[in-house]
Amino acid sequence: MKIAVPVKFVPDLVEELTIDSGGTALDTSWLRLIINEFDDHAVEQAILLKERGGGQVIVAMSEAEGADDFLFASAAKGADQLIKLTGDFSASNNHALARAYADLLKELQPDLILTGVQAHNDLDGSVGPLLAEYLGMPYVGYVSGLTVAGDKVTVRKEYAGGLIAEMEVNLPAVLGIQAAEQPPRYVAYSKIRQVMGTAKIEERVVADLDLSGGITVSRMFQPEVAERATMIEGSPEEVADKIIGILKELGTL
Amino acid sequence: MEITLSPLSPSFSKTFFSSLYELKDGERIRTCLQCGTCSGVCPFGYIMKFPPGKMIGALRAEIFDQVIKADSVWMCISCNACAAFCPSNIPITAALMTRAKEEMLLAGNIPAELQAAMENTQRYGNPLGESPRKRADWTAGIHPEVNILSKTRQPVDVLWFVGDYASYHSRMQPVTKAFAKILNALGVKFGILGTEEFSDGDSQRLAGERGLFEMVAQKNGQLFKKYKFNEIITTDPHAFNAIKNEYPLLGIKYPVRHYTQFLFERLEQLKPLMKKEVKAKVAYHDPCYLGRVNGVFDEPRALLAAIPGIELVELSHQRMNSLCCGGGGGGMWLDGFQWEKAHTRLSEWRVREAMAVHADILAVACPYEPPRFEDATKTIEGAGQLKVREIAELIAESMEV
Repeated sequence: MKIAVPVKFVPDLVEELTIDSGGTALDTSWLRLIINEFDDHAVEQAILLKERGGGQVIVAMSEAEGADDFLFASAAKGADQLIKLTGDFSASNNHALARAYADLLKELQPDLILTGVQAHNDLDGSVGPLLAEYLGMPYVGYVSGLTVAGDKVTVRKEYAGGLIAEMEVNLPAVLGIQAAEQPPRYVAYSKIRQVMGTAKIEERVVADLDLSGGITVSRMFQPEVAERATMIEGSPEEVADKIIGILKELGTL
Repeated sequence: MEITLSPLSPSFSKTFFSSLYELKDGERIRTCLQCGTCSGVCPFGYIMKFPPGKMIGALRAEIFDQVIKADSVWMCISCNACAAFCPSNIPITAALMTRAKEEMLLAGNIPAELQAAMENTQRYGNPLGESPRKRADWTAGIHPEVNILSKTRQPVDVLWFVGDYASYHSRMQPVTKAFAKILNALGVKFGILGTEEFSDGDSQRLAGERGLFEMVAQKNGQLFKKYKFNEIITTDPHAFNAIKNEYPLLGIKYPVRHYTQFLFERLEQLKPLMKKEVKAKVAYHDPCYLGRVNGVFDEPRALLAAIPGIELVELSHQRMNSLCCGGGGGGMWLDGFQWEKAHTRLSEWRVREAMAVHADILAVACPYEPPRFEDATKTIEGAGQLKVREIAELIAESMEV
């Protein structure tokens, strides 16, 4: 079984985000990128499936600072094939990214495609459903566990309120992973170093990105700092009286 | 899990045993008397399925795979008490415990908290997961300004290796500032690496991540090479231990001292500056990697004794027999894991000892300790009055800087 995991990087929130002078995008000069957490889970789930039932895991991502490190770490965890899409992704959106992945995946013909269900910088929908549309495959999102049997996969999909649905999907299919069956594993740095000497990253050139279907940002805002909170002081009884007074004043009591 | 005599993987014990021989004095493990001193002196020995002595027994019985399967080695906080009291001088902490943790880690068997610290070190150069760009933010407001070598490139007398917790931890930043003010008051020409500095890596190494340790050590080594200075000082005993004992094995050789040694040398210059009385009964806690591992016992005590108003008292565990705060060898990042196993913290034990000698202040000299002990004063009944202070804080208070 061939499992492909197209992943993407997102801005690392450890660094403070700033808006560039144009006012419509993040300032990339200080931006640091990190793997989308859900994509990290998708990689883990793919490796768990491989360990359970054999097969081949392909991890693909677009060119970015730190992409090689992530791909090598994936190989150290058990990924078999590493692919890096190269080209100008600076203005990319999820529609364009999904089209680029679709072209690659048509060629690779995997049995199963796992990707993170969402990312915090998804402005034009998440990658998974777009990818499924471009490939003409079924899609199920919010998946937190799966079992492959023959040409079908049984997935556990999370719903609000703690409900879980089990559904059967025909392969090939695209699944949006909410959580792998176990947290992404740790791989010792010495193992990553070893892999750096042996594993190869295949580069595929993406000549031009088709951005259509994406959104246009007219302005980006920093959250506003406001001082609307009032600290109420006094004994518990006094504080309670004051709260009742305020609520009455607001007409809620 | 019961101990069985049939090994799960017969060759594992032999491979592991011989890997110890490659380490310094590793072969001494063959001289083990099975006296049990190590397991007895280990502060968590009573909770481990395989305390150190039993680990050696299992190694000899060729059932060491069962030790790896039981996860009790993650209770080891690398405090070195086992090795310090071993009559056969076996490097139990440095060789056996650390190798066993390495084995666990290579197999991917690592508690989640510890994993996060390792990943943070790999990614950000510090286990706290803070932005490397903010590593020198603590210097704001210090006058004269702290010399950041990447900016000024001036030669200095002293390179101050600040370290992770001293740079980032909100409880430790005031201590770091206090030490900078002391250096300024003494007229020391010093500089720091600032945002370029990486974790010293020692606790990651002792928690089994040898490769990661080597990576950060090499990066720090390249920085040391870039700047001109005569010696390195640090407030962090773990950084002190790494630069003193471990970096030289990687070819990174620089003279290094803990700040208590550095200030002790300037005690006569310091004394007239310490005018304000700090009226308190002070108990000093010996940090493992300052005292037991590196033999620095007297300088911190001499500094405290020189502060006017301080009455120094000794804790029941002191000097070579000091009790670990629980933060070493990865313990800083295993709090939940160890709590689940032990339902107590070593820091709490230590706070009770300070209360027993009626100390007003528990004085420390390691950046892991103030947050750990302060947390313990909040969970131990009646400990609310005990203050936890870094020696540098007390000196700065007395100097009124």
